[in-house]
Amino acid sequence: MTRIYVPRDSAARSVGADEVARAVENECGVRGINVEIVRNGSRGLLWLEPLVEVETSRGRMGYGPVTPGDVPGLIDGGFLEGAHHELALGVVDDIPWLARQQRVSFARVGIIDPLDLDAYRATGGLRGLQRALQESAEEIVGDVLASGLRGRGGAGFPAGIKWRTVLEAESLDKYICCNADEGDSGTFADRMLMEGDPFTLLEGMAIAGVAVGATRGLIYVRSEYPDAIATLRTAVDIARVDGWLGVDVMGTGRTFDIRVVEGAGSYVCGEETAMLESLEGKRGMVRPKPPIPALKGLFGQPTLVHNVLTLSAVPSIIADGPGDYQALGVDRSRGTQVFQLAGNLARGGIVEIAFGVTLRELIEDFGGGTLSGRPLRAVQVGGPLGAYLPAEALDVSMDYEALADSGGLLGHGGVVAFDDSIDMATQARFAMEFCAVESCGKCTPCRIGSTRGIEVIDKITAGVDRELNLVLLEDLCATMTDGSLCAMGGLTPLPVLSALAHFPEDFHRPPEVTP
Amino acid sequence: MTSHQAWSVEAATVILQAMPAEERLMLPALQRIQAVFGWVPDESVPVIARELNVSRAEVVGVLTYYHDLRQSPPPPVAVQVCVSEACQAVGARPLAASLEAVYGVPLGETRDGVEFAKVYCLGNCALGPAAMVNGRLLGRCDVERVGAAIAQAQSVLA
Ligand SMILES: Cc1cc2nc3c(=O)[nH]c(=O)nc-3n(C[C@H](O)[C@H](O)[C@H](O)COP(=O)(O)O)c2cc1C
Ligand code: SF4
Ligand code: FES
Repeated sequence: MTRIYVPRDSAARSVGADEVARAVENECGVRGINVEIVRNGSRGLLWLEPLVEVETSRGRMGYGPVTPGDVPGLIDGGFLEGAHHELALGVVDDIPWLARQQRVSFARVGIIDPLDLDAYRATGGLRGLQRALQESAEEIVGDVLASGLRGRGGAGFPAGIKWRTVLEAESLDKYICCNADEGDSGTFADRMLMEGDPFTLLEGMAIAGVAVGATRGLIYVRSEYPDAIATLRTAVDIARVDGWLGVDVMGTGRTFDIRVVEGAGSYVCGEETAMLESLEGKRGMVRPKPPIPALKGLFGQPTLVHNVLTLSAVPSIIADGPGDYQALGVDRSRGTQVFQLAGNLARGGIVEIAFGVTLRELIEDFGGGTLSGRPLRAVQVGGPLGAYLPAEALDVSMDYEALADSGGLLGHGGVVAFDDSIDMATQARFAMEFCAVESCGKCTPCRIGSTRGIEVIDKITAGVDRELNLVLLEDLCATMTDGSLCAMGGLTPLPVLSALAHFPEDFHRPPEVTP
Repeated sequence: MTSHQAWSVEAATVILQAMPAEERLMLPALQRIQAVFGWVPDESVPVIARELNVSRAEVVGVLTYYHDLRQSPPPPVAVQVCVSEACQAVGARPLAASLEAVYGVPLGETRDGVEFAKVYCLGNCALGPAAMVNGRLLGRCDVERVGAAIAQAQSVLA
């Protein structure tokens, strides 16, 4: 029986994957052709979604983007045998865009049915947990340290050091908290991994639990991701039934269980201490540090907080040893980063590749330039708190240190491209507006300063006391940077000041031509 | 939207008492109430406070903090339009303006049973502009696509 893959990823569904799956089923039914439709995750070539794959002796042949209306013609044209068609992409694994990547965390995403545990095992799943259960805690933590893995949530703190801190903290009650709030605009890798390969995340958390001596894990998922929440909950149930989550993990007598918790629409709840407050059922207010969550986290207990991508890198590091992972990357940025190409790009999607790729390679080679065909003007790297880089700055190496040196930050790996129709004063204003809407309210510079910032930018673009207000804006940004408890208020000046620095002309237009 | 139960103190009490011990916290309690009744009526505050042994002020603090929690009944159709950067880069601003013009209502308000809200990223940033209509994610949106999804949501309700 021919096997056909139609993604169930919500991005693929947002452009019609469900309708395509139904059309394939109906058309094959009408013609009496027996097929097996597998709803896989997305391969991450999002501009080609819905991307349908047919299993053939030559490999999995891709077709896309497919509409329901294309389906009868595809079947007539012999796509069930992998025949050529104007939508044909050839063997998907050989598409250069994919072949050039180094997929570690995303190795399985798009390949298997995300909830098929046999397929997970057959593709190397659970080897990491098995190995961890035979090793000492110190050995596992040593492997994580040796891999050079750093936090993928934004701050880039070495994971192994956090693990050691939690391991050495004395308490009978420790927690693993996965940060799946993914609030940064331009980022969607956490979502695609949770929808496309949830077992990898669960396995990473279980390994972390075994290593640091935690028995309970929580995944805090933003409410905007209903499909991810549903997929994770089912995956947890399947893992419990299979015996690798729960009171007797793989028959070792050890306990580790996971609960999936839904957020309630607050960006700042992605900040780790605000997330912990929210997990305790309270308002998502940022806590002062110290104490650090590794020592006093959820309900005052030692807590290992990590982003989805950090935890998802763990199974392969433990299964294959830290050497392979450590061998990838540059300087102090080891392993791979899951870049998310978004915004005005011809070919947006997931590019997992070793650190050190240049922004130009991401934008031009992978992204294919702008979607609109107009000249590229700016790229925002690292989410809403990341810097706007001008088109002239594309040769920067994409690693933590090089980006910081060029005045930016890597954040969660989002890369958002803009063409020359963008007005950067409007973007700077939006950064302030976002801060005003999402501030937790604890610090005056963040809560009030952001609203002031909107007013000042409005005066600048309206041509009111322009030079004076430009000075005021810089002062205000300095106050926000220095006087904010967390990066919400502390880094909002980054997009604002980078827009001002690289695109001053947008702040100096005659008021009547300001958009 | 899915159909909701009519509010009653008794029903709320049953729901709260049935929550597993580890979830007997303010936010999950409010989320459960909203899931069942569609929103969080003022009358639920003292019930939650009593069941969880916290003050009413604390419950109100949580209720007013989170964008998702509704203090009035939900509209039949809820449209969330992404206004964040990646969608801005591919026309989220003109899309929002056209929706406002066509439906005669600014983002943030409800008209004829259709609520239009701003949302900051739906995780569909490579296929923007993105929107969500009654929980259904849409990519590569224009007014027609969003309009068709609204009409479909309305026909499901009719
Ligand atoms: C305003 C703000 C929002 C944040 N949002 C997220 C988020 O959505 N996801 C995330 O993993 N980290 C987020 N972070 C970073 C977390 O505070 C924390 O550093 C991270 O979860 C630690 O995990 P890691 O070591 O794996 O990076 C945010 C930080 C700030 C200041
Ligand atoms: S900087 Fe803003 S978000 Fe962060 S703690 Fe202060 S007020 Fe809250
Ligand atoms: S920025 Fe619009 S979906 Fe992410």
